[in-house]
Amino acid sequence: MKVLVAVKRVVDYNVKVRVKADQSGVDIADVKFSMNPFDEIAIEEAVRLKEKGVATEVIAVSMGVAQCQETLRTALAMGADRAIHVQSDAELQPLAVAKLLKAICDKEQPQLVILGKQAIDDDCNQTGQMLAALAGWSQGTFASKVEISGSDISVIREVDGGLQTVALKLPAIVTTDLRLNEPRYATLPNIMKAKKKPLDAVTPEALGVDVTPRLKTLKVTEPPKRKGGIKVKTIGELVDKLKNEARVI
Amino acid sequence: MTLDINRIRETLDHLLYRWLDVERLTRYPRYAEHDRATFDGVIELCARLAAEKFEPGNRLSDIREPAFDGTRVSLPEETAEACRAYNASGMPAAGQDYAHGGMQLPYIVEMAANSFFSAASIGLKAYSMLTVANANLLMAHGSETQKRVFAVPALEGRYFGTMNLSEPQAGSSLSDIATRAVPDGADFAADPLGPRYRLTGTKMWISGGEHELGENIIHLVLAKVPDEAGRLPPGTRGISLFVVPRLLLDASGAPTGERNDIALAGLNHKLGYRGTVNTLLNYGEGRFPLRAPGGTDGAGAIGYRVGDLGAGLKCMFHMMNEARIQVGLGAAMLGYAGYLASLDYARQRPQGRPTAEGATPAKDASQPPIAIVEHPDVKRMLLAQKAYAEGALAFELYCALLVDEQHGDQPARADEARLLLDLLTPVAKSWPSEWCLEGNSLAIQVLGGYGYTRDFPVEQHWRDNRLNMIHEGTHGIHALDLLGRKVLMKDGEALRILFGRIGATAAAAAAVDGLQPLARQLSAAVEIVALATAEAWRSGSARAALTNATGYLRAFGHMVLAWIWLDLAIVSAQALTAAGTAADFHRGKLAAARYFFAYELPLVAAWLAPVRACDSLCRETATDWL
Repeated sequence: MKVLVAVKRVVDYNVKVRVKADQSGVDIADVKFSMNPFDEIAIEEAVRLKEKGVATEVIAVSMGVAQCQETLRTALAMGADRAIHVQSDAELQPLAVAKLLKAICDKEQPQLVILGKQAIDDDCNQTGQMLAALAGWSQGTFASKVEISGSDISVIREVDGGLQTVALKLPAIVTTDLRLNEPRYATLPNIMKAKKKPLDAVTPEALGVDVTPRLKTLKVTEPPKRKGGIKVKTIGELVDKLKNEARVI
Repeated sequence: MTLDINRIRETLDHLLYRWLDVERLTRYPRYAEHDRATFDGVIELCARLAAEKFEPGNRLSDIREPAFDGTRVSLPEETAEACRAYNASGMPAAGQDYAHGGMQLPYIVEMAANSFFSAASIGLKAYSMLTVANANLLMAHGSETQKRVFAVPALEGRYFGTMNLSEPQAGSSLSDIATRAVPDGADFAADPLGPRYRLTGTKMWISGGEHELGENIIHLVLAKVPDEAGRLPPGTRGISLFVVPRLLLDASGAPTGERNDIALAGLNHKLGYRGTVNTLLNYGEGRFPLRAPGGTDGAGAIGYRVGDLGAGLKCMFHMMNEARIQVGLGAAMLGYAGYLASLDYARQRPQGRPTAEGATPAKDASQPPIAIVEHPDVKRMLLAQKAYAEGALAFELYCALLVDEQHGDQPARADEARLLLDLLTPVAKSWPSEWCLEGNSLAIQVLGGYGYTRDFPVEQHWRDNRLNMIHEGTHGIHALDLLGRKVLMKDGEALRILFGRIGATAAAAAAVDGLQPLARQLSAAVEIVALATAEAWRSGSARAALTNATGYLRAFGHMVLAWIWLDLAIVSAQALTAAGTAADFHRGKLAAARYFFAYELPLVAAWLAPVRACDSLCRETATDWL
């Protein structure tokens, strides 16, 4: 069974991003990038499936600028067998990414696609679901446990207020939540081995996908600055503020 | 307050790729399989391991220092976790050949990657540093069986290693060690693990000397073999090197089930580096008597000789240049950690108002306070720390590159690198130990009262760093080495190489707008150091010349660091003229360089005054006057 894993290159979680002066986005010049943490969990899950003998091959896919290949090298050093880079300098929105993944699925015929539930840069939380819809496959999102036996897959999902277990048929889409596993660190020997693993590059055009953005970013702003607290004199005043200022009750 | 790993990474990338062009090393056959991606992969891995596995245990292992209940040493679980993570990463074998499971990583990249651990927790880092030094020494001087049985498991992360040189009565003066090694039985020379001896004696300051972090501890021990009359040979030529495992192993490397006769006499309770257990070890006192395989039963720790009889110090010091770069780098990274912590604090801490423009220093109390980073005197303390720490880091990487250049395919270049590194080693060890410690003191000053508490990390940086002027050769010993041996080597050939390289930097800087005065200042410093070297030795008396060796070391070090800073300034000045977004990064480097030249380099002349005058005060002061 082939497992396909999508990995995204994002601004490193330690970087405090700053909004650009023209409000067109955040400043990403000269900041550190790394693999989306949820995608590290996705790679780890796929590699564990291979180690258990459930998966036969783990293919990592990333999309975007040339430096995405660095992220793919990290995936290979963690244990993926080969990598595919969909090269594009365009802004790739979730629908475009899902379409590209669908095209790769058609070509590679994986039984399982694992993605992070969301990327920490745009927090969209859409790609896995869109891919499931496009491919017509089952989906188990926000997974905290995945078990495969034959063509059945059982996914424990983290949902509001508890855990939900779903039974799906392969092929399927799984998106990872934080508690699914603790991703391993690469090792020096595996960093060297990763260099020799195949990394193919394709373009959206070659995959026949139109990646033109469908959404337009109007502006990006900083979150409002936190204001200082005040002391309320009476319960009545508190209730009034909660109702009319904060509008939470 | 967590360590800003990304900030260190940014500076490392700048130094490795922009300043030193480390990628060119991949032209050497030894490093041909590498590229920037493999270098970055290792650096990235170590940055994460340091942040996620070492830093969280740093303060904890400082507060819960190692304890000994008479039977066992207990360490916090975080210590074991940090060591496990490091050992599993493959870092212990990073520099070894592919054939030995290594990565043939250039030394400079290994050092750059290791620098994160020193910044995150130098006390937890020491276990691996010692283990790797131990295994590297065995790989260089051990027999094939010794390599396989004792070193390879350490490189695989299963065993730990120590270095046993000092004794309670002899640290700086190793010629006076008294640990005895006596041939063990008539067939002692026939043991497949190497000539077998019984060792008795006491070893002091042994870091990692006793713990249960791994499957075994491999001690490397200096001892003397007595003559027929039972006398120990005098001097350092009588010293041999022995490999002494905590748990005995057979020739296949399997444990025999016997514990060697090495007893923990006690722990040293230290000012800093408390994450590292430091021990007094009694060899052969009979606590764990042995049924010797072919020799005498009873007391005496079993050790196998490494190398020839009397060649112990030669083996031990073979890789000392590299060990000393590591000490200097550790000191630099503690300086860097203190700089970043105090910078972070200074940016957040509001206090005081700007000094008024007018003639009186009155301030407008109705205005809100400003962040203390705005005050010129706080900026001074931050610039000083930046100049010390970033300068030291750059210098250590330069020295590490000289190690790699010895593997190059041009013999002349390799020889020059070897000679230059020999000269620079005392500075590489001593300069960061002295000045990044001063930087750590300034970090405490920036935080004021808070810096003096255990609620902030800067007091621990200072305590940890205070060791570095003491171990791996004390400050004074390195001063004697520099003025007494290194600058004289091959009729001053190494010194000429250094002056040649400094001259090239000064010439290049003279062509860069704004750097001309610094170039002239550096040339003047070289002139006065050259003069002082000759004047110190003018009488031909070592005693007269070396009386003021420490002042010479200090001045020499500042000259070297001024050279490094001018070289860095050239790079940043050029980067600023090209369009770029990281302008503040390079302006910061230029400000640190200007600080060093304006506030530090002028001190050289004052430090050299007693050297040049061969001032005899410190020699001739009667002990009774003190």
